[in-house]
Amino acid sequence: MRLVVLGWGNDSRGDDALGPALLDRIAAAWPDLPMVDDYQLQIEHALDLVEADCALFLDAGKDTPAPFAFSRLAPKRDATHSTHALSPEAVLDVYLQVRGEAPPPAFALCVRGESFELGEGLSRDGVARLEIAWDFVKTLMAEQSVEAWDRLARQSAPLVRVPA
Amino acid sequence: MLNLETAQSPHKLRRVAIEPVSRVEGHGKVTILLDEENRVHQVRLHIVEFRGFEVFIEGRPFWEVPVTVQRLCGICPVSHHIAAGKAMDIVAGYGPLTPTAEKLRRLLHYGQLVQSHALHFFHLASPDLLFGFDSEVSKRNIVGVAAAFPDLAKRGVMTRKWGQEVIRHIVGKRIHGTGVIPGGMNKPLHVDERDTLRRDVDEIVGWARESVDLVASLYETNPDFYKRFGEARSNMMGLVNTAGETDYYHGGLRAQDADGAPIFDHVDYTTYQDVFQEETKPWSYMKFPHIKALGAENGSYRVGPLARVQVADRLSTPLAEDQRRKFVAVGQGKPLHGALMFHWARMIEMLNAAEMARDLLNDSDIVGTDLMADKGPRRGEGVGVIEAPRGTLFHHYKVSDDDLVTYCNLIVSTTNNNQAMNESIRAVAARFLTGREVTEGLLNHIEVAIRAYDPCLSCATHALGQMPLEVDILDADGALVSRGRKGD
Repeated sequence: MRLVVLGWGNDSRGDDALGPALLDRIAAAWPDLPMVDDYQLQIEHALDLVEADCALFLDAGKDTPAPFAFSRLAPKRDATHSTHALSPEAVLDVYLQVRGEAPPPAFALCVRGESFELGEGLSRDGVARLEIAWDFVKTLMAEQSVEAWDRLARQSAPLVRVPA
Repeated sequence: MLNLETAQSPHKLRRVAIEPVSRVEGHGKVTILLDEENRVHQVRLHIVEFRGFEVFIEGRPFWEVPVTVQRLCGICPVSHHIAAGKAMDIVAGYGPLTPTAEKLRRLLHYGQLVQSHALHFFHLASPDLLFGFDSEVSKRNIVGVAAAFPDLAKRGVMTRKWGQEVIRHIVGKRIHGTGVIPGGMNKPLHVDERDTLRRDVDEIVGWARESVDLVASLYETNPDFYKRFGEARSNMMGLVNTAGETDYYHGGLRAQDADGAPIFDHVDYTTYQDVFQEETKPWSYMKFPHIKALGAENGSYRVGPLARVQVADRLSTPLAEDQRRKFVAVGQGKPLHGALMFHWARMIEMLNAAEMARDLLNDSDIVGTDLMADKGPRRGEGVGVIEAPRGTLFHHYKVSDDDLVTYCNLIVSTTNNNQAMNESIRAVAARFLTGREVTEGLLNHIEVAIRAYDPCLSCATHALGQMPLEVDILDADGALVSRGRKGD
């Protein structure tokens, strides 16, 4: 399975660094995997999914299930007021628009964060959840197939969007 | 100017709050007070100020600031990188940049403008413009326009990608780059990198030109609507060079009033604190800057594409200048103030930036290796100003003898546009909400006006799990009548 891993966040903003921190660990353990890191998801990241069989999005979450949620994603356009960030679902939707075909199967691993202030490091909870999420990543990597990941997603707490 | 900032008897009114997600560091909210007949009495856009930025910077060594400030904003890190670099050129004691260093900074900036404007238009604005408004006649016409531009999404993504590649080649990587350093640039652009960017630039110029045509065609479907939607008369400001052309990288400040008459011209931006005053209001954390000489009541101003293309005498490239002339002709001698006109101006600027990038890629200096200016004595203070994609951006630093930043003042484009954004949404509320039942479609009109400015509401961070939009309607006693959610 040709996997691409995208992790995003600002490592100067507390638990916003959870996505990049996981990405760093994956890059060290599996250096040949295509990796994309950025402050935020944007429309051009749809192009990073081309020729991939599967995509894994890594991010911090606010008011999302703890320690993390693992879910299958579907394309969906954001209703937004700003260009400042896209959801992974919106990136998949851009892929659909640009390529005229369904994007590859995609999953989100969303680690719950607690504090996102400028100049802060990871919170205590963030550090603990990073370790738990890292163990889960190793499970994912040990069984790289969409079917297996779908099974794990069904077992995970759903990524429910709730008001902050 | 509409007098909808403060209602006479707010306790008797119904309150509608449009709350686009409470993010971590910055969030915005619109509150509207309506009476029992749904007449609008008060409209306010509240945006959290970025005061935390200054604290984040103070105490750091000055030479690392151009890199550190990129962490302030995830959408325009390059703008902060360049503005801080310009300020630190002065602090470090450097004289004028070498031709190659200045051209590399300009190319970097134009790449940023192209990618930012492309993102804004193709992702944020075009869905509104193509599908957002409810006139059946307009819709039929718009369908025809959209059909004439079938590759809109693809063009948007590819244009954005090209701008990102300009940035990556000049600063070394897509994020956390270190291209701009006090006194110059830290790496040259190699010939093969230049050739890679040059290979696609003509196509980018062509797409930018077609994008201007697209917005002009959309305007033609309903000219009065485009001109009047969110129309708020205001002063306007931007940087111009000595020839009176918009200069996004360096120049003097020029301001004109709502009728286009000059307020000031070629003002040295290092004196900005003599020219502007930042006012606070009890209902907003974000300051309201105004031109001191005009006072708080009359001195607010608009920055960004709509201001820049109108305060300038001309644009520096032929295709963009041709389009600018067509644009200003719509005003029949008077400046345009409608919020939707931002989109047209923004595409003209994208064309301008793409043409300037092409010129630089064909300039042999761009692959030069003389990157550092001559150095003089260290100074204790520096101001750097550029025209960022969303408007004028001020960076001001004071540095101690031990090289640590002791004072930092940033005025970002969103702050400069604070009053103008408020007036635009007041104009929309007064025109579309008054006397009508409040529906999601009507509230979306408010969002359309906000999107025209694309304010930095949640700079530099994000988190999954937030809710994009919440609308609460409360009665005169503040009790929740209904709650609507969007984007779930």
